[in-house]
Amino acid sequence: MAAIRLRDLFAVVMLFGIYSFVSASLFVVLDAVDVAFTEASVGAGVSTVFMLGALALTTSKEKPKSARKTLLPLLAVTITGLALVYGTWDIPAYGDPANPIHHHVVQRFIEDSPREIGIPNIVTSVLASYRGYDTLGETTVVFTAAIGVLLLIGGARRPSSGRDNAG
Amino acid sequence: MQILGHFNYWIFIILMMCGFYMVIASDNLIKKLVGLGIFQTSVFILYISMGKITGGTAPIVIDKAVVYSNPLPHVLILTAIVVGVATTSLGLALVVRIQEAYGTIEADEILAQDRDDSL
Repeated sequence: MAAIRLRDLFAVVMLFGIYSFVSASLFVVLDAVDVAFTEASVGAGVSTVFMLGALALTTSKEKPKSARKTLLPLLAVTITGLALVYGTWDIPAYGDPANPIHHHVVQRFIEDSPREIGIPNIVTSVLASYRGYDTLGETTVVFTAAIGVLLLIGGARRPSSGRDNAG
Repeated sequence: MQILGHFNYWIFIILMMCGFYMVIASDNLIKKLVGLGIFQTSVFILYISMGKITGGTAPIVIDKAVVYSNPLPHVLILTAIVVGVATTSLGLALVVRIQEAYGTIEADEILAQDRDDSL
């Protein structure tokens, strides 16, 4: 990712949008069509719009900085990366049907969900029915975040623009 | 064969480290948030690639299919994407407020201003 070296924040945000879209097409290749839909619309679309909005409200140029400060982070990143690569030696290989991840509750989801829920899309029935409380929690998080954004930005607008409590 | 079997994990590690580097090395707060987003998406790729079965199809029930890829990671990551966007937008709102309060979104300048204020 060349986005690290760019100083122009507009280009960084645009590259991030492209990256999200590429990862969405990667999800299609990996059979996760529902995730690809969400990533393309929410990840590549909505979050890019949010970031552009934040750029419009702040500034789109990054200040240059000295090269001295990049050495320590680079070292930390390299060490962490090597440790993670070392950790992959024990992980089961990609695409193997015998992997432990495929042998727990999933078998039951695949076999019984069309009969129990009546929807051919297994992802939907797991999301909305078997793990419905997760989705409820997700909605709570999104609601809380929306309240937070409104309090942070919406509250600040009023004194700076000089309006009274009209709205 | 054994080496190529871990290819997906290495892609994930490279992307994750790019995001990590961006978070800790750049002073600009928006760039930090973009780095956090890259980090996040790399974790999504890890989960989804673990759910893939060679020769499997998308987990939608059809008559001809024999093997379905694992639907459980897909569900978890669907939730994670939406939560990720919610937290990112909250972070961006904080950045906008910081810009209003300090006039800058560079972390070192903000720290310098704080130090001047406390003296």
